[in-house]
Amino acid sequence: MTPEFITFIFLALISVASALGMLFSRNAVYSAVYLIINFITVAIFYLMLGGAFIAVSQVAVYAGAIMVLFLFVIMLLGAEKLGKSGTLAWQRPLAIILGLGLIVETLYILFFQANEIIAIKDLPEGFGSPSSIGTVLFQEYLLPFEITSILLLVAMVGAIILTRQEKKNV
Amino acid sequence: MLPVSYYVGLSAILFAIGALGVLIRRNAIIIFMSIELMLNAANLAFVAFARAHEAISGQIFVFFVITVAAAEVAVGLALIVAIFRTKQSIDVDQMSSLKG
Repeated sequence: MTPEFITFIFLALISVASALGMLFSRNAVYSAVYLIINFITVAIFYLMLGGAFIAVSQVAVYAGAIMVLFLFVIMLLGAEKLGKSGTLAWQRPLAIILGLGLIVETLYILFFQANEIIAIKDLPEGFGSPSSIGTVLFQEYLLPFEITSILLLVAMVGAIILTRQEKKNV
Repeated sequence: MLPVSYYVGLSAILFAIGALGVLIRRNAIIIFMSIELMLNAANLAFVAFARAHEAISGQIFVFFVITVAAAEVAVGLALIVAIFRTKQSIDVDQMSSLKG
């Protein structure tokens, strides 16, 4: 029972509980806040795994920008309270069975089939720091990085076109 | 460091919760959040394996996944707003007709 193990279990419980809270919360605003908690715990996992830069961008982009966009749309539409829908009664139990099956299968393969133990070594100095990420990103992955900018431009134009008010005479 | 299988196991659980959310919820925004949860679970597995193999490329890939998720959220929420404007509802069960 090392301190790292205790931290992991504690954070994993928070993470799974907030994911379940997101899933079963009736109010969409509460779901969004639960999801922010989940993203922050995952950012702490990134820190434990030596990804300092990724952890910070997780908090800034996911917990910051993306979830603010979600909350903004939820409040814009006034869609925070939706009544329960029961059009397909068999769907929910089937989904729960299938989801549990997915978890059990994955954990079984992970702990009983995959026998390859990866040797864990100490990390080299500066692993996951902004400078090391930047070096690899701008040398080895320069083309994907530039393509990403086109992707963001297309997404921006797409969002503007999709939400444009259409003319009545079209 | 803890064994990498702990992190991958947690990632699998989070992914399954996200998949469950897509299956049982009918609110389009909640379904969207569940998709974000699944992307996040995949990112966690990426970072765990990057740590185990000491390969920085895994973290670069997470960086790209975060970017794609941001673009996806922008377009997806715009779609939800457009659908809400025509149908006054974001229940995915009611989006069954091709022509609004």
